[in-house]
Amino acid sequence: MKQYEITFIIDPVLPGDEIKTAGKAYEKLIANEGCTIVHVDEMGLQQLAYPINKRNSGVYKCIEFQTETGSVISKLELALRRDERIMRFLTVKLDKYGVKYNDDKRNGKIGSKSKSKSSSKEDKKEEKGYVKKDDLTLIEGVGPKIANLLSVAGLKSYDSVAGASIEDIRSILSKGGSNYIGHDPSTWSQQAKLAAGGKWAELNKLKDKLIRGISSEEE
Amino acid sequence: MASRDDIKFLSNPNIGNDNKKYCRFRKFGIRHIDYKDPDFLLQFVNEQGKLLPRRITGNSLKYQKKVAIAVKRARHLSLMPYVTDLLK
Repeated sequence: MKQYEITFIIDPVLPGDEIKTAGKAYEKLIANEGCTIVHVDEMGLQQLAYPINKRNSGVYKCIEFQTETGSVISKLELALRRDERIMRFLTVKLDKYGVKYNDDKRNGKIGSKSKSKSSSKEDKKEEKGYVKKDDLTLIEGVGPKIANLLSVAGLKSYDSVAGASIEDIRSILSKGGSNYIGHDPSTWSQQAKLAAGGKWAELNKLKDKLIRGISSEEE
Repeated sequence: MASRDDIKFLSNPNIGNDNKKYCRFRKFGIRHIDYKDPDFLLQFVNEQGKLLPRRITGNSLKYQKKVAIAVKRARHLSLMPYVTDLLK
């Protein structure tokens, strides 16, 4: 029995249920080939270290499985390559230390020390009002530079952008320099509200109506 | 006699210092390096995201190779950058 681990990144700009079905489809594909799935790790939406296909974030998923022959791998990789929803994937064969490491990690043996540390860290972060950073560039009209500007000013998540008033965002932009004054943030909070609620389909519809973040009806 | 400003120490200043570099994987018995843990791998790259040499990290050859593989895998999955500035 050989143990493999496959990690892939799903396009985040999909409706929430389609992201799930995309992940589930590969679990099924592996199971149908007569392999036993050891563990499925939904790593969730994460920031990418560099943009892939003009996306700045992705939904990570990791499936660990055992197989006798390894003939699944080529089928699986072919399917992943043909799938437009998958941005990246990586298959790794685990040696005995890797298998043990993942077992221990699941049972909390490895994380035990760092877990208590990280949990205390999280507490501290929450105390300081730390908010999880979202990919603000998904909002129509916000580019990487403006997203940076907003996060420096404390608007790191969709929730906080949704809560901020238009005047607040305008003042942040004007502080950032003359380059940003031309941007109209009037629809950003509305878009951020949809993003915070995970309503990606509605957000995409809204984006289609918008040109450079300004609602076309007003023009 | 000409003055010798270039001689600062009469003996090697590192003698008697007990902070010798060591391989943390051998010392703490870490056998597997996870590529999905970018925070840990950050210790082995410089602030441009390049791998640090063994003479600085102190890793043994066996584990330096494993670190290199793990960092490259993390880069492929966009968990770590290929090139940046001000990473740390």
